[in-house]
Amino acid sequence: MTDVGFSATRRLILQGAGAVALVGLGNLPFLAPALAAANDKYPEEAFKAKSEADAIKALYGKTAEPSDKVKMDAPEIAENGAVVPISVTTTLADVTSISFLVSENPVVLVASYKIPAGTLPNVANRIKMAKTSNVIVVVEAGGKLYSANKEVKVTVGGCGG
Amino acid sequence: MASSIRVRATSSGETTEVQALIQHPMDSGFVKDAKGEIIPAHFIQQLTFEYDGKNVFTADWGGGVSKDPYVKFAFKGGKKGDELKISWVDNKGATDTTTAKIQ
Repeated sequence: MTDVGFSATRRLILQGAGAVALVGLGNLPFLAPALAAANDKYPEEAFKAKSEADAIKALYGKTAEPSDKVKMDAPEIAENGAVVPISVTTTLADVTSISFLVSENPVVLVASYKIPAGTLPNVANRIKMAKTSNVIVVVEAGGKLYSANKEVKVTVGGCGG
Repeated sequence: MASSIRVRATSSGETTEVQALIQHPMDSGFVKDAKGEIIPAHFIQQLTFEYDGKNVFTADWGGGVSKDPYVKFAFKGGKKGDELKISWVDNKGATDTTTAKIQ
């Protein structure tokens, strides 16, 4: 866990220079869950997934169950699919990650946030939606996955040009 | 060059609320321009917030995050006048870093 205080740029340079220990760490995200908090490797594969099940599996290696403790605030109708404000809050304890997915987007996973201990489990952001779709929020808490789901109607898509 | 990152961090005593707005095209790679040619993907992949040498928030983003992205979160602690360090890196390897004082 010696890399906690390093800046992102310094880490990139170190990786480029072949810092074997750090690169090795980055290659084993699922085998070393205890080190996951210090591991900030970008989840490349999850951002290629075409279905929400594949994206969730690539990110977390497990499946989510719906929970009413995950509260999503999203508009019923989004007039502009290019900017859809969505926020999430949860009463679940020990939250380590929150992710946003849009099932009808060409790339289903939109954003995934790592929540270290001491950071509150609520996040607001703005996402693009290609068309009317389900928006799914996945919360990882205490090693388990919980989700919430809401359909957002889009009148003008944000990915069509 | 002016920073691409604008941050407002406000302490309530117990928690610090952080809002960040970044100037970036966030091109997904799926949109065509006026000539019908695809605009290549160009988006921020990772955005990190550090306070007191520790990571307090990391965002992993795809091309589905809106242009000029906005994000809001809060963490426990954080003193007025202390600095928060914010950095991003995009899919072309460009980066930017700034610091913001907690108010």
